[in-house]
Amino acid sequence: MIVVGISDYKTARRPDRLITYALGSCVGTCLFDERSGAAGLSHILLPDSTINRTDTNIMKYADTAIEALVREMERQGIRRTQLKAKIAGGANMFAAQSKSMNIGERNVAAVKEHLRRLGIRLLAEDTGKNYGRTVEFDPESGAMSVKSVLHGVHVF
Amino acid sequence: MKNYDDLSDQEKDILREVGNIGGGNAATALASMLAGRVDMSVPNLQIMDVSSVTETLGGPEQEYVGILLMMEGQVNGIMMFLLDKHFTRLLINVLLDTQFESFEHIGEMELSALKEIGNIMAGSYVNAIAALTGLSITITPPQIAIDMAGAILSYPAALFGVMGDKVLCIEEDFMRENEQIRSHLLIMPDSESLSNILKRLGVTEWH
Repeated sequence: MIVVGISDYKTARRPDRLITYALGSCVGTCLFDERSGAAGLSHILLPDSTINRTDTNIMKYADTAIEALVREMERQGIRRTQLKAKIAGGANMFAAQSKSMNIGERNVAAVKEHLRRLGIRLLAEDTGKNYGRTVEFDPESGAMSVKSVLHGVHVF
Repeated sequence: MKNYDDLSDQEKDILREVGNIGGGNAATALASMLAGRVDMSVPNLQIMDVSSVTETLGGPEQEYVGILLMMEGQVNGIMMFLLDKHFTRLLINVLLDTQFESFEHIGEMELSALKEIGNIMAGSYVNAIAALTGLSITITPPQIAIDMAGAILSYPAALFGVMGDKVLCIEEDFMRENEQIRSHLLIMPDSESLSNILKRLGVTEWH
């Protein structure tokens, strides 16, 4: 099992699996190519890197992380046109946050925008609501498994 | 503007002292609320990465009760209490004189009790900061999330991801009969507020 931390991404080939723990407002994005059994999992914290020009961690922001992960997978010989995506997370953990501060929603919107921009099809998502999610991905089957405290495990 | 990464040892000592005074106030307030049936240790204040906080809490999937309050006025930022579920249940049961068991079906009464605990504890720290600095600070009504530590912490992590990854973390041990449980309080004034606090406390050279 390959563990992806916050503001991090990793790639894996079958039979290895990828996991990232306890996504709250963060978004986990899985890019995968079932035919070659390759996958990448990104765990972003924030939607937009332009808010902090001194921060050099491109894996922290949706606008830079998704593209960098795509390039990394291309370097490993996977064609961009073969890539598909599944995403999870982007919860609103505290109910009364004002609209402008709903980072979860903004993260999901940013990830979708950059997937679109890069021409990668989003197959499925489990996003929003108000609870944390642990995400596991199996490059072999392309199945994303989402675990939460109250709702157990669901695979899609 | 001041980031947590730039704090000198002297500045950290002063912040520790503010934390000690706040913790003392909190201990007194909570003990009276619980009719003396809970004791607290002297708080331990550390400046740490948000990711290390998760480790301190026993890993990202460990379940906690998170109580969030925003500081507003002349100090802006976040306060967040992370309470162990087992201990929180004990606190609620002592406060309400009930036998509440499961967080899956938590009711309004229990949530109100939790918010009250959050208010009282946050007030203790905020009053200490306000008294020592002369800055006026108000706190917003508490909000609660009962979930995995990593998910709860994603909120402060995201808000403060823009200003560095360090937070002030105050650990306190609560003792009741034979049980001892640790609570964690994260205090994150934004960098302008942190600068103001340190300036008022007379410890900062301005750069």
